[in-house]
Amino acid sequence: MAQLFPKWANNVPKRLLLALNLLLLAVIFGFWYYGSPKHTQVGYAPSQPIDFSHRLHASELGIDCQYCHTSVWESARASIPSTETCMTCHSQIATDSEKLELLWDSWNNDRPIEWVHIHKLAGFAYFNHSAHVNVGIGCATCHGRVDRMEVVMQTQPLSMGWCLDCHNNPDPYIRPVSEVTNMAWEPDDNHYQFAQMIISKKSINPPIYCNACHR
Amino acid sequence: MSTNSGYVVEKPLVKGNHTFSSITALVADIVEKPTPLWWYIAFGISNLLLGLLFAMLAYLIWEGTGVWGLNNTVAWGWAIINFVWWVGIGHAGTLISAILYLFRQGWRTAINRFAEAMTIFAVMCAGIFPAVHVGRIWVIYWIFPLPNQMQMWPNFNSPLLWDVFAVSTYFTVSLLFWYVGLVPDFATLRDRVKSKLGAKIYGFFALGWTGGNRQWQHYEKSYLLLAGLATPLVLSVHTIVSFDFAVSIIPGWHTTIFPPYFVAGAIFSGFAMVMTLMLIARKIYGLEDIMTDDHMEKMNIIILVTGWMVGFAYIMEFFIAWYGGVEYEKFAFVNRAFGPYAWAYWIMMFCNVVAPNFFWFKKMRRSVAVSFVLSIVVNIGMWFERFVITVTSLAQDFIPGSWAYYSPTWVDVLTYVGTFGLFFTNFLLFLRFMPMVAIAEIKMVLPQADPHYYDEDGNEPEPVEQIEESK
Repeated sequence: MAQLFPKWANNVPKRLLLALNLLLLAVIFGFWYYGSPKHTQVGYAPSQPIDFSHRLHASELGIDCQYCHTSVWESARASIPSTETCMTCHSQIATDSEKLELLWDSWNNDRPIEWVHIHKLAGFAYFNHSAHVNVGIGCATCHGRVDRMEVVMQTQPLSMGWCLDCHNNPDPYIRPVSEVTNMAWEPDDNHYQFAQMIISKKSINPPIYCNACHR
Repeated sequence: MSTNSGYVVEKPLVKGNHTFSSITALVADIVEKPTPLWWYIAFGISNLLLGLLFAMLAYLIWEGTGVWGLNNTVAWGWAIINFVWWVGIGHAGTLISAILYLFRQGWRTAINRFAEAMTIFAVMCAGIFPAVHVGRIWVIYWIFPLPNQMQMWPNFNSPLLWDVFAVSTYFTVSLLFWYVGLVPDFATLRDRVKSKLGAKIYGFFALGWTGGNRQWQHYEKSYLLLAGLATPLVLSVHTIVSFDFAVSIIPGWHTTIFPPYFVAGAIFSGFAMVMTLMLIARKIYGLEDIMTDDHMEKMNIIILVTGWMVGFAYIMEFFIAWYGGVEYEKFAFVNRAFGPYAWAYWIMMFCNVVAPNFFWFKKMRRSVAVSFVLSIVVNIGMWFERFVITVTSLAQDFIPGSWAYYSPTWVDVLTYVGTFGLFFTNFLLFLRFMPMVAIAEIKMVLPQADPHYYDEDGNEPEPVEQIEESK
């Protein structure tokens, strides 16, 4: 009887097995790298209706974060400033700038500006700004050096694992409450002792149970 | 000492004085002959039911588990009942192939191949239910311990997780066991089929089997090792399925008798299913010489024994509920027998405890009609057993204010019916394209395989019937 398969067929199962394993590794790597919020979320920097520069306002002009994001100490949301907030200055400054046409349009027609939401959390995840800033988590810890951004970009993945990294071990991220809006703050050499002191003094105990965030 | 120094001649396991080649022909011809008309009809019906299953699952996933009849307290309904039922049926295959193999029960060779096939297909049907009952099937990978951006990890304290591993291990080992046994038979078909494509396909799966001495040695060794591996699985899978219930604190579930009780029930229903399929298959394909009435009788004895183990567990549960003196436990059991689901309880009692008693009588054990009917009755009973366990304990739990009567919806019912489509589609494909009896193994239990079968001159012994008469 003639042979059903040529001689090279002997190698097919081994090669197939090898190829399958490589494929499996590639799929795992693909999900691990390209599926991670570190890849899908970080770097999101949509263009806004008005070319507002955080670098100019926060860094060069030295306006504090809370001047515009007013409710951050009291409320779950830091709040996006209203047109009126902008107009406290811009009714006097750069009134004829082309960039501000939309702002005047909004002011005159009583129609809010539709800023693009950047730092999005899923609807089923509860987050409270006031709970974080009042124990000394700085703006820059989660939002990055906004004072250096012409266009605001998301710098952290905002994934559940990323939240838990800090909730499990808040030490490295704690700063004096007075420094919360200081973009340039750096920890001291004895930061660990300081953090331990703050944590025990304020009895900070970040929750890691499910319904802390999934209420 | 008795003057009778003779010994009882064991009945041959294969009837009809077959030779090695006539056994091959008997089994392999089924695959090689043209497809019979009834097969197309049966396959068509099975495919329709399979389509129904897909439609029901698509509807469920689209709409959510609200389309099922689940309510406030009864969070586990038909889906879990069907899961346990199908997994239970899937127990006979490994029992026959692994445990009976280790105990050197030669009669298993007649039925092991298609019992294993039945096991694999039944576990497939079972696996559907826990997968879809989670509701959000697109995040089903959360049950696996995969590192992820949520830093979520499966709860290794939960029997539901053990279940995932138990059933998937069982499926994998059963599949491997089945395939290893099939290799020599695939080689037989490869060498017999006329079409070139058929020879290539069977040849691919035969892995270059030539039937050499070394190949047989490796084969026997690996088969033995797999049997050893599969044996604990027969006991572990349904033990862990029972933990899904027993580890919780619901009255009626939280009992230590559950693991042995579930395993016995699984073997009970599995053998009944093998019986149902065997009686149909041997009639259609004329395999009465291989699957003899003796096989039927042996299986009926197992059904009788396991049926009484299950019956013992039913009665023992009641005894412990009274003896333990826990009010909730007592209520749960009295409620089972006389509460709103009493009808289901008594169907279960009749089918599982009363009906198998016909098998005390040899005449009944050897009657095809009685065996066929009772094998179906047993599986109806075993379905109701799971219904009784799952639903009665949940529907009337600790808070009387939330008691509610559970009824399935049409989606529940049609999904269950659809799983038969999956099962029979697979099974018919198996009957059509694979050797449904282990050709190589059945030859080992032929009288001719005995080295002393032929006398010194190479002559056949006198026919067996004459020995029986002279005894």
